[in-house]
Amino acid sequence: MTPSLMRDPDPRRTSTFIARSELRAEFSALLARGFRLAMIAGHDDGHAMRVVYVLCAGQPDRRVELQVRLDANRAELPSLAALSFSASRFERELADLFGIKLIGHPFVRPLVRHQHWPETWHPMRLNAGPPPQMRPDAPPFPFVEVAGAGVYEIPVGPVHAGLIEPGHFRFSVVGETILKMKARLWFLHRGIEKLFEGRTLVSAVPLAERISGDTAVAHSLAYCLAVEDALQIEIPVEAQVLRAILVELERVTNHVADLGALCNDVGFGIAHARALVLREHLLRLANEITGHRLLRGAILPGAVTLRRLPTETDLAEIAVEVHDLISLATSNTVVMDRFRGTAVLRREDAEAIGVLGVIARASGISTDARVNHPFVDLGVGFEPVVREGGDVLARFMVRAGEITASLRLISELTGRTRSLKVSAGEVPRRGGSGLGITEGWRGAIVHRVEIDSSGYLTRCKIVDPSFLSWPALSVALADTIVPDFPLANKSFNLSYAGNDL
Amino acid sequence: MTGANAMLAAATPLLWVRIFASALQVVAVAVGGPLLLGLMGKVRARAESRIGPPITQGLADLRKLVRKEAIRAEHTSAVASLAPLVLLGSAVVASAVTPLLTTSTIITGGGDLFVVVYLLLMGSVALALGGLDAGTAFGGMGSSRAMTIGAISEPALLVAILAMAVQAKTSSLPGIVAGTLAHPAWLTSPQWILALAALAIVVIAETGRIPVDNPSTHLELTMIREAMMLEYAGPDLSMVTAGEAMRFALLLGLLVNLFFPWGVDTSRSVAALLIALVALAAKTALLAIVIALIEVSTAKLRLFRIPELLAGGFVLAVMAVTAGLVIK
Repeated sequence: MTPSLMRDPDPRRTSTFIARSELRAEFSALLARGFRLAMIAGHDDGHAMRVVYVLCAGQPDRRVELQVRLDANRAELPSLAALSFSASRFERELADLFGIKLIGHPFVRPLVRHQHWPETWHPMRLNAGPPPQMRPDAPPFPFVEVAGAGVYEIPVGPVHAGLIEPGHFRFSVVGETILKMKARLWFLHRGIEKLFEGRTLVSAVPLAERISGDTAVAHSLAYCLAVEDALQIEIPVEAQVLRAILVELERVTNHVADLGALCNDVGFGIAHARALVLREHLLRLANEITGHRLLRGAILPGAVTLRRLPTETDLAEIAVEVHDLISLATSNTVVMDRFRGTAVLRREDAEAIGVLGVIARASGISTDARVNHPFVDLGVGFEPVVREGGDVLARFMVRAGEITASLRLISELTGRTRSLKVSAGEVPRRGGSGLGITEGWRGAIVHRVEIDSSGYLTRCKIVDPSFLSWPALSVALADTIVPDFPLANKSFNLSYAGNDL
Repeated sequence: MTGANAMLAAATPLLWVRIFASALQVVAVAVGGPLLLGLMGKVRARAESRIGPPITQGLADLRKLVRKEAIRAEHTSAVASLAPLVLLGSAVVASAVTPLLTTSTIITGGGDLFVVVYLLLMGSVALALGGLDAGTAFGGMGSSRAMTIGAISEPALLVAILAMAVQAKTSSLPGIVAGTLAHPAWLTSPQWILALAALAIVVIAETGRIPVDNPSTHLELTMIREAMMLEYAGPDLSMVTAGEAMRFALLLGLLVNLFFPWGVDTSRSVAALLIALVALAAKTALLAIVIALIEVSTAKLRLFRIPELLAGGFVLAVMAVTAGLVIK
């Protein structure tokens, strides 16, 4: 029995309206019961504002929504920053995009909003209108200045020499040791959540696939799961199996690229070249399976369509190449020396920040949405790959272990299905709200959708794990040396686009 | 004074022959440097199952850069514009006097090991100053790292060659090369072998190859030599690139000639010079291929491990000198 079949009403999800004054108590009670904050989503309902707090916990899968209504003329909320670091980030996003005032927030500086945005323009408001004229000149970002003998600053980015997304990093350095690193991101705001509004359920899928281009499957699946949750569509197990195969294939492809890139960042060219060859094999396999190299277009609300399944021969060949790649890297003492002990993220810090996915598992935290919020039964043998070190090596080894585990999983899942095209039938035209959680290759992705009665999206709130994990990079860099930063950053490999929607 | 110097003094050829020989050396190094780097790139690409750019790419890049408009970073002083000239100039002079093709170069009795080592050092310092001049963080970082490495590698270079000078009883590089040609047994002596190990490490460090530096990286924060050139463009960059390529070819040529001197011209005829040119090309190409293959299969060291490697080189060099004094 998979949980996805147990529908109407969904026993996993509860949604309650509470008063503003009850928020802190309810929230801290849930945290105490082991829930994590997955999302804070603002809504402008026209006559009033509404904020939805989504908390979730695993084993068993539970999702709790706390909804708070706000008067549009008095858009104020008590801040939860003192209870949760993640909440403080969501609240700053809320303040920028919705203009909601957070009472008692210790650090209300803009997060998403760059200095040249007009301060009174909140793009997620219903009456926001088209983007206004941006100020050509704006006061510079107030970086914290580290003073002392021999301390100097290194500014890097936002335009980089390689094919990487834009981000500015400001290092305060003494000698070669990093004292402080401030990541100034948010150069990529495309208003993607706004673009979801008013779309039909099917026409929003290509948008979901492009939230972070390297995570097409996990984002579109999270979106589709949310829609199916909202409309209470029953999905055949076979469809979920096919979807799980795609998610794992995406994980393998991206992890392989990461292993190669990590080797490249220590100048170990041959491993990088081999990883690129292997990645190309995987992309071609993806093209044969879905008709798209990045696995786009296969998943739709209530349906999944593949062209073929990965065969045992495909998987065996990939497994051999992966094994060769990993042993090539791990048998090189210089590579291992560079990885070991570099950019350590301690477990306490990772927990306090609310880090997810590969990075959390490399710091000893066993969190995995495939276990906590499964949409398909992955078999009794499935366990997340966890390492204790918290360094680059641990993150490398978690990825290596996950590739092997995912290949085994794909093989098992393909044995469970014979069909290539499964559909739950016509998508019903009714309204509702739903939540979708998937474990993308970076970590847990959460989508929450609201659909009006004529079947159009009124809101889609997206949380990529990068949003919650970015602050951990700066913490892990303490006492790391400047020339190791690219390696440390690559070992986190967070999405800039997924972070800045 | 024994063997080597007496031999040199006995048959100093005509001035024009020596001028021709030195000019040929400079041209060989100037053309050979980019070609050697191109060859290494090709070997690397093949080992990584790529096709890679043609071997002549480095020369084509230089041609392109020379034709470009001269642009200098804002707020730079004369240092930034002089640095490429000093770097290139020092490489040209060092190429002229080092025994690469012949033991009798333009300056009679020139090519003293101290002269050559300090000419190379002068180029390094000029580039480091040029890197600092624009006042950017990357340039300063590169200069600071290059000087840290240079402070350990230059003495090692000096001491390693000194070990050979002790054996040859002359500090003149042509003298040392001529001496080994006359006494091939020197090459298998302990001090020579220890010095070879030390020099190999120094050459890797001085030319910014893996595992010390990664010349193909685009990550500014990890760069050493490359970081110092970031603010240069056009003709200035072509001079810096050419100077760096010449230093590379020169050090490689010096290394092969000190440990495998056969082919170097001692007879002072034009025909012998041409044979020497072919021999030098073959020897350095072989060494470049070996270095490239080692580079492919190893990774770059952590920055703070590089001094350990170089200190190892210095210790080997000191041992070479000691061995030369102890073992008779």
